Amino acid sequence: MKKLAFVGAVLLIGAFTLLPFLWFFLTSWKSAGEISAIPPVILPSFRWDNYRAAIVEYGLLHYIMNSAVVATATTVISIFVASLAAFALARFRLHWARYYLMLLLALSMFPQIAIAGPVWRLLSFVGWLNSYQGIVAAYIAFSLPFAVWVLTTFFRELPYDIEEAALIDGCTRWQALRLIVFPLAAPGIFTAAILVFIQAWNEFFFALIILTYPALQTLPVGIALFPGEYTMPWGEIAAASTLATLPLVALTLLFQRRIVQGLSAGAVKG
Amino acid sequence: MADGEFCVLLGPSGCGKTTLLRIIAGLESATGGSVHVDEQRVDLLPPRERDVAFVFQNYALYPHMTVSENLGFSLRLRGAPKEETKKRVAEVARLLELDHQLDRKPQQLSGGQRQRVALGRAIVRRPKLFLFDEPLSNLDATLRSNMRVELARLHERLRSTMIYVTHDQAEAMTLGEKVVVLNRGQIQQIGTPAEIYHRPGNLFVAGFVGQPQMNFIQGRVADGRVLVAKSGMNLDLTRIMIDDRLKVSPIDYTIGIRPEDLRPCSRSEAWFGGIADFVEDLGSDCFVHVMANGEKLIARAPGRTPIRRGDEVFLRSVPERVHVFQGDKRVE
Repeated sequence: MKKLAFVGAVLLIGAFTLLPFLWFFLTSWKSAGEISAIPPVILPSFRWDNYRAAIVEYGLLHYIMNSAVVATATTVISIFVASLAAFALARFRLHWARYYLMLLLALSMFPQIAIAGPVWRLLSFVGWLNSYQGIVAAYIAFSLPFAVWVLTTFFRELPYDIEEAALIDGCTRWQALRLIVFPLAAPGIFTAAILVFIQAWNEFFFALIILTYPALQTLPVGIALFPGEYTMPWGEIAAASTLATLPLVALTLLFQRRIVQGLSAGAVKG
Repeated sequence: MADGEFCVLLGPSGCGKTTLLRIIAGLESATGGSVHVDEQRVDLLPPRERDVAFVFQNYALYPHMTVSENLGFSLRLRGAPKEETKKRVAEVARLLELDHQLDRKPQQLSGGQRQRVALGRAIVRRPKLFLFDEPLSNLDATLRSNMRVELARLHERLRSTMIYVTHDQAEAMTLGEKVVVLNRGQIQQIGTPAEIYHRPGNLFVAGFVGQPQMNFIQGRVADGRVLVAKSGMNLDLTRIMIDDRLKVSPIDYTIGIRPEDLRPCSRSEAWFGGIADFVEDLGSDCFVHVMANGEKLIARAPGRTPIRRGDEVFLRSVPERVHVFQGDKRVE
C-alpha cells in the first residue's frame, strides 16, 4: 500500500513536470495543420519539416553555438574562481567568513531587473555591449556568489585531516589542492558547474538587453525572436526548444554518476 | 629527546598534547618557542620540509587512491623512481601484512587494516621522526591491545624516534620509554613509566596515572603526630611510620596510597577500619570500596575475596608505598 502510494506520487510529480515538455516535443513533429487542429491531435505524423526549418531558415545552429560559448565560458571561469574562493572560505580561519557568506547569499537572491540598468550602463561604458565578454561578465556576476556558496558548504564537509596528511607527505599547498582536494570535491564541483551552466544556458533577460546583434544572440533570445510580424511558427519553436533542451539532458545524465558518487566515504573512520 | 627514543605524551583530553604534536609537525604554529629536529630549527619550515611523518587518529587515508597508491604517495611526490617506490611499498606491505590489500580502496578495508595503511604510509618514508596522534583510539579493545604490541615491536625493529600522543595510560606504560604527562598545557612530569607510576611528582600525576585512582586523604598535622583529615578522621602518623615526612604547619598535606598497596589485614595491624561499601569483582582481583570514618578508600583484594558488602574491613599498607604531597608537590 505504502509502496503503491509512493509510486503514485512519483508518477504524478513526473507527469506534472514532464507534460509540458512532452507536449512541445510532440508539437515539434506535427505539421502546421495538426498544430492548429481542433480538437487537438495527440500523435503527430512525425515530419522533419520543423527541424529542418528551424536549422536552415532560422539559423538555430548559430544560436546553439553562441549559447555554448557563453555558457561554457561562464561555467569555466565561475567555477575556477569560486573553487579557490570557497576553499579559502572553508579552510582558513577568517572570522568574517560567516558574514561574507551571508552577503553572498543575499547577493545571489538579488532580482535581475533591479540591476539591469546599471549593468547595461557599465557594459556600455566599457564598450562590451554586443560582445561575448560582456554577457559572460554579467552572467559571472550572478553565478559567482551562488557557486562560492555551494562550494564552500561542500569543502567544509571534506575532512581536513586528509589534506594535512598530504601536506606532511610532501605536498605543497597547490599540490594538495590538485591531487587531493579537487579529486575529492569533484562531485560538488560538478554539481555547481552543471547548475551554473544550466542557468547561463537558459538565461533570457540579460541576453535580450545586452545582445542586440542577431549574430551574437543566444538560444532563448533567438527562439523568442522566431515569431515574425504576421507569423507564429509554433512547430519551429517547438523543434528549436527540443534541440535546446537536449544538451542539458545529456550533460545531466552524463555527470549524474559523478554527482551522486559519495567519493569521500571511508576516508576517515566510518 | 634522544635519538631512537619512544616518547609518549600522556594527558586528559584538551590538555594540549595534540596541539603540541601538531606544532612539531608544522600543522599549527606556536605563539612562542622553537622546534628542533636533529639540531636543525624547523619551526619556520612548511610541514613537507621537516621530514616528519604523522599518523592521524582518523587515519586520514586518501579515499580516491588504492592502498599501494596511498603508501607510495609521499615517494611519488619526492620523485622517487618507480621501481624503488614499488619495492619499498611491497616491503612495508609485507611488514604490516597488507600484501593482499594493495589494490583495494580504503573504504573496502576494516578499521585495523586502515590503521595499518596509515602506519605504513609513515614507515615507507623513513622519516627522522614519527608522530602518532592517538592512533589506536578508534579500534576496538582486542585490536587495540594487539596493535599496541605490534607498535612496540615495530619500534624495536625500526629504532626510529617516535612521539606518541594518548590519553590511555595502558598505551603510555607499554609503549613509552619516556613519558611526558601534560595537563592544561603544562608539563607535569617527565620520566620512565616506572618513575611516573611509582614516584608521581605531583597530585595531578598521582591521580591521573593508575586504575582505579590512587586514594587521597587530605588534612593537617596537629599535635605533631596526628593527621586530622578534612573528613574528621584521625590518623596516627607514628603508627604508619611516615611522620618524618610531615611537619606541623598550616599547610594541607595529602597522603596518597594506591589501591594495590592497601591490603586487608587483621584489626591489630590496621591503619584504617571501615565498612565495605561495594565489592568490584574483576576475576583476578577484587576492588573493595571502603567507607572509613568518612573517607572513601579503594583497596585491592585477591580474586574470590570473602569480603562482602557491609562487612567490617581493616586495611594497611607499607610506609615506603605511601606518597606524601605538601600542597601539590611530592614530599620525599
